[in-house]
Amino acid sequence: MSVDTSKVADTNAGTAATPKKPGKAGVVANWADERLGLGTLMKKNLRKVFPDHWSFMLGEIALWSFVVLLLSGVFLTLWYTPSMGEVEYQGSYNPLRGVEMSEAMASTLRLSFDVRGGLLMRQMHHWAAMLFIASMMIHLLRVYFTGAFRKPRELNWVIGSLLLLLGTLEGFTGYSLPDDLLSGTGIRAADGFMKSMPVVGTYMSFFLFGGEFPGESIIPRLYTVHVLLIPGILLALIAAHMLLLVYHKHTQWPGPGRTEENVVGFPMLPVYAAKAGGFFFIVFGVSALMGGLLTINPVWKFGPYDPTKVTAGSQPDWYMGWPDGALRIMPGWESHFWGVTLSWNVFLPIIVLPGLMFTILMMLPFLESWITGDKRDHHLLQRPRNAPTRTAVMVALMTFYGLMWAAGGNDIIAIKLHLSINQITYFMRAAVFIGPVIAFIITRRWCISLQRHDEQKLLHGYETGIIMRSAEGGYSERHLPVNETEAYTLTAREREEVWTPGDETDANGVPAKRGRFDGLRAKLSTLMYADNVQPVTKEELEAAHHHADHEHELQASLDGQPADGHQFDGHHAVDGENLRGDH
Amino acid sequence: MRLLNRTAGRISRHRRGRLAGVVMLMVGLVLTGGLYTVFAPAQADSAESDAALVAEGRELFLVSCSFCHGKNGEGVLTEGGTQYGPSLAGVGAASADFQLGTGRMPLARPGQQVAVKTPVFNDDEIEALSAYVASLGPGPAVPDESDYSVEGLTAEERQEAVTRGSQIFLTNCTACHNFSGNGGAMPRGGAAPSILGTTPEHIYEAMLTGPGNMDVFSNGNLSPEEKRDVIAYVSQLREQPEYGGFGLGGLGPVSEGMFAWLVGIGSLVGFAVWIAAHTTRSTKQPSKGADA
Repeated sequence: MSVDTSKVADTNAGTAATPKKPGKAGVVANWADERLGLGTLMKKNLRKVFPDHWSFMLGEIALWSFVVLLLSGVFLTLWYTPSMGEVEYQGSYNPLRGVEMSEAMASTLRLSFDVRGGLLMRQMHHWAAMLFIASMMIHLLRVYFTGAFRKPRELNWVIGSLLLLLGTLEGFTGYSLPDDLLSGTGIRAADGFMKSMPVVGTYMSFFLFGGEFPGESIIPRLYTVHVLLIPGILLALIAAHMLLLVYHKHTQWPGPGRTEENVVGFPMLPVYAAKAGGFFFIVFGVSALMGGLLTINPVWKFGPYDPTKVTAGSQPDWYMGWPDGALRIMPGWESHFWGVTLSWNVFLPIIVLPGLMFTILMMLPFLESWITGDKRDHHLLQRPRNAPTRTAVMVALMTFYGLMWAAGGNDIIAIKLHLSINQITYFMRAAVFIGPVIAFIITRRWCISLQRHDEQKLLHGYETGIIMRSAEGGYSERHLPVNETEAYTLTAREREEVWTPGDETDANGVPAKRGRFDGLRAKLSTLMYADNVQPVTKEELEAAHHHADHEHELQASLDGQPADGHQFDGHHAVDGENLRGDH
Repeated sequence: MRLLNRTAGRISRHRRGRLAGVVMLMVGLVLTGGLYTVFAPAQADSAESDAALVAEGRELFLVSCSFCHGKNGEGVLTEGGTQYGPSLAGVGAASADFQLGTGRMPLARPGQQVAVKTPVFNDDEIEALSAYVASLGPGPAVPDESDYSVEGLTAEERQEAVTRGSQIFLTNCTACHNFSGNGGAMPRGGAAPSILGTTPEHIYEAMLTGPGNMDVFSNGNLSPEEKRDVIAYVSQLREQPEYGGFGLGGLGPVSEGMFAWLVGIGSLVGFAVWIAAHTTRSTKQPSKGADA
């Protein structure tokens, strides 16, 4: 690129240069900068670089669907009445006209049938909520599988986990607001979950409902929680999540020119802002299309909540499906003592299990750094195969989650696949324990196989698909070395060392500090690293290349001939070159 | 009036004649006989055809049903003492009409769930079989269309019927048949079937007789009017548009969750890949040979 020199003064003669009159935008920007000091802030951040990869945009789906939730949610609050006061429905949905219901339900029906665009907004809000939590989960998976949670990002992992938890609670409170038969059944179930807690359960239930279920307070209270309390905390945590993202800078995939010290990508303005802004419209569009075309939560079919009624297919929204599944497959264990019943069948699957799983989720970064003893900063991502045990842990957790989730839909599976709901339940009771173990073993070995494949590719080249026939008549497939970019990318990872407890005494004979769990830690570290394939060393690569050179000499007579093995590897252009000579 | 009086007078003049008694006797006999020929033979024919229908039904029964239900509909017990086919005494024509009319009977194979299939018998044969089953013992009869039709009601009464029906439906039916009538699971492979394709007559009969695992909603439980209201609501469910768009099978949050993941997240991840795949190059240059 040549520099445009026409604007550079090439003489001292003539009049002095005067600044051009600033444009209107410039005047406004200057006004704001002089008062707010935005210039310094923006100079730095507008040029902030983000690396480009599709998997880095999954968190963005969550962010943008949250914006859709805020927008559509504000619309809904304008018509929704958070009250359990009884009214007789007189709206335009005929089959329920004249039925007694809460004002909450009546206003939801009004929103659906009598407010222009109301049903679209309701459905958009609901779909966006489903997408919000789903995208947080796939974002979580991406972060975990690529090792982006390692130091210094552990706290952002914790914040993200809290966002997932709060998003789930926010979803549940929103699901409950219409006060229809389905959501009322959900609140009734939640009441039962609370009451399963020993000692405090009943008090908590009475405190939440303002007396015995259902009372008259639960809907207004959930409304406050749904539109004020949780969204406020969500917003604050999202802000913290993103500030930390800016502070830590984004992680990137390893490659030539990409190090732990830099970020290679596109600047915020104009590139990334355009991409991200465009993605907002896509997320909005997908939510709008789903809201407009796909029925979600048809409250008019459920009718108002009435504790004497229930419907088949009463499930929570998908993100609460897995604890519901745990509840469905739990054997009916109960203990009775001193006239008190302790419902293990409810308490364990719905109170203890989600708490336990969530704790495990939050602790994952800390557990790994404790096992590996790795306290360094990491800004380069790892491919899932290069951390086989970590990948296998998450796949095992996903398997557990997925099986529980499927158990939550056991009735639908039973009628759609013509199975027995009892047999599904028995199967799941075993599968939730066996499945994750199998998934762990398979994934770990699979990753290690892929690592071996990478090593082969580096040392012996890639398979060209060209079969060579030697003078002796033997056949072999020709391998060619991978190009330098790929070779760099494949080797750009650290060697791993199995953590071992140090000697009993240090060099001066002073007993070394020993942790109580050192033995366990050493075992876990062995599990984590011992079977992994370590990156190829320089010596190994050189030896392999030497070996390859030797082979190339043998095949040299073929170079320059048709079918020299470079037709498909991009090493040189093949325009005008025929694979089979001239015919 | 004068003419009439004169005619009456003329007839009256003969009322004490010698032949008057005979004539009156003859007129009385002819009238009685005439009336008898008008009414009585019809009744005699109907009784005869009832018997013929039962006989025809019995023939069909012996061929197609007796294997499980016994030659006289008394039921067959297995060696283990469980029922192979239950006794049909007292189940009534309504039950037979439902089981045969929806294709549940004759059973293709025994199992937890009686499959609905294309009826094996035509309407006449079903009528005959129902008549035979009804002859085994007193039971609910096949309902008349006026029992479940809302034709005779005003628009307002009809709307009230639908509203009443919706509340009865949600109280008594949705626990198994689901809020939109799409059906649900029952223990050990059983299922409450979808009722969206069931005719009003069969819904009425099902409520009356409680086939399979279903409860019997006798007229003491749900009055005939209430049954009619439920049918009116189910018809309404069937006919009203899907206000929210595609109904996703009307199965509740499970299918909604599936669509959120497959359609929603699936398409958004696809868009993310698409956006990330497009770099910032504003003009596309033809690639002149790949980099070596």
